Amino acid sequence: MSDADDRRAVAERTFPPTASRRALELRANLLRSLREFFHERGFLEVETPLLSAESVVDRYLDPLPVALDAGTRGDDLPDLMWLQTSPEAAMKRLLASGMEAIYQVTRSFRGGERGRLHNPEFTIVEWYRAGDDMRAGMRLLSDLCEALLGRGAARPVAYREAFRQHLGLDPFQSELVDLRLRVEELGGTSPTPGGADERDELLNTLLALGVEPHLGTPSPTLLIDYPASQAALAKVRGDTPPVAERFELYVDGVELANGYHELLDAEVLARRQTLANQQRAADGKPVLPACGRLLAAIRHGLPACTGVALGFDRVVMLAAGAAHISEVLAFPIDRA
Amino acid sequence: MANYKTSDFRKGLKVQIDGEPYLMIEMNFVKPGKGNAMYKCKLRNLIRGTVLDRTYKGGDSLEAADVEEVAVQFLYRQVDMFMFMNSSTYDQYELTADQVDDAWKYLKEGMECSMVLFNDVPITLTPPNHVELKVEYCEPGAKGDTATNVTKPAKVETGAEFICPSFINIGDVIKIDTRTGDYVERVRQ
Repeated sequence: MSDADDRRAVAERTFPPTASRRALELRANLLRSLREFFHERGFLEVETPLLSAESVVDRYLDPLPVALDAGTRGDDLPDLMWLQTSPEAAMKRLLASGMEAIYQVTRSFRGGERGRLHNPEFTIVEWYRAGDDMRAGMRLLSDLCEALLGRGAARPVAYREAFRQHLGLDPFQSELVDLRLRVEELGGTSPTPGGADERDELLNTLLALGVEPHLGTPSPTLLIDYPASQAALAKVRGDTPPVAERFELYVDGVELANGYHELLDAEVLARRQTLANQQRAADGKPVLPACGRLLAAIRHGLPACTGVALGFDRVVMLAAGAAHISEVLAFPIDRA
Repeated sequence: MANYKTSDFRKGLKVQIDGEPYLMIEMNFVKPGKGNAMYKCKLRNLIRGTVLDRTYKGGDSLEAADVEEVAVQFLYRQVDMFMFMNSSTYDQYELTADQVDDAWKYLKEGMECSMVLFNDVPITLTPPNHVELKVEYCEPGAKGDTATNVTKPAKVETGAEFICPSFINIGDVIKIDTRTGDYVERVRQ
């Protein structure tokens, strides 16, 4: 067979969608329920750019670069722009400019993420409401989960308690050697001893292998109060030990959403972003441009608020009983 | 050999762990919360056949294993040593009875087998799926008995014994499935 025949055979095999008609109908119905949920609560639906000159810097999130042609670039744009890993920066700029309750249903892109629960291009739902503290944010997320999946109210469990219950370890106080031993028992690999992020690396592996599989069954779980070192864009509360006001929703062991009682201090954020870029450089990843417009917006004044990002494809997966994300996407990346 | 980064991980990769070769038979990407990515792998030990569950995190790497499957010819057996020759390079390999394991039952001089080499050293030997072996001794079969459900042991030219139907006689050639050790049929001479 010639190359042209080969290509034609591949195209004939891969032109149809990977999702069933039933899954696509379910997807549309869930999307309608979701929009109704936010509309009823007075949220305004917004749209922000997928392609942006800057991106929130995270050690483990890789935005995909897009090279601009000269005609588009002109004099005022960089050579490279970035497909957003979430609409967070843009939505916070809207909040700082006076909007109070906004939500968005959009695509986001995360490089290198392909698997049962990951497609590099995915549908994210993100919302913010000024005046919400962490409790209010958790309640809203629990209500939305109930409206979409009907699995009952989400039960909050502290990160520390979840580790005690499922691993018999204290994430803040257990000796590193005990964490390492448990990682090895679970078949994971330990980071080089003595590294600055050793504890967080170990906790991350333990969370994935020994805790997450137990969360969200039978009713949804909200994992809350993360170690302060894993705050990302969340506020840190001065408990002993201090914890990040961050929460994640799990159903049947699947992480569905991540929420922050949002950090309002631009200087703390700038430091976290610089650190994340230093870590990226050490990991051999590209350093990303500083998110100057987001920092300017926060300096201008971000209202106290809680924000949540939800992986919509995974909601559809749970509703459909799908084992792989491709069962709920018309065209996953290998058919895109 | 080269190293594979986690971003290169996929099914079918041959890697080295603690000095032994493994085949990646399953790979699943997981990523908790905002943390580092993880790669849950099932790896089959190419020497012992055992399966290992390991989870690697982004930034880890595995050494590639120099594993190659070659066609070899069985030359001869000398007590507990078995000699083979690579059919294309004519390199010779000496395997112990332990390494040959059950395959000795099927090995006739000149037989083409498949061998897996790790760093150019043989690790496994696989005879063809079906072999034809001459019966050297068995109890005589009852005359006219062609039923296959009455069985008896028969010793073949390699010295191994197989269970075959009672109508088989000394001098017959029988076909054996080497994957199961089962009798398949009598070969017409």
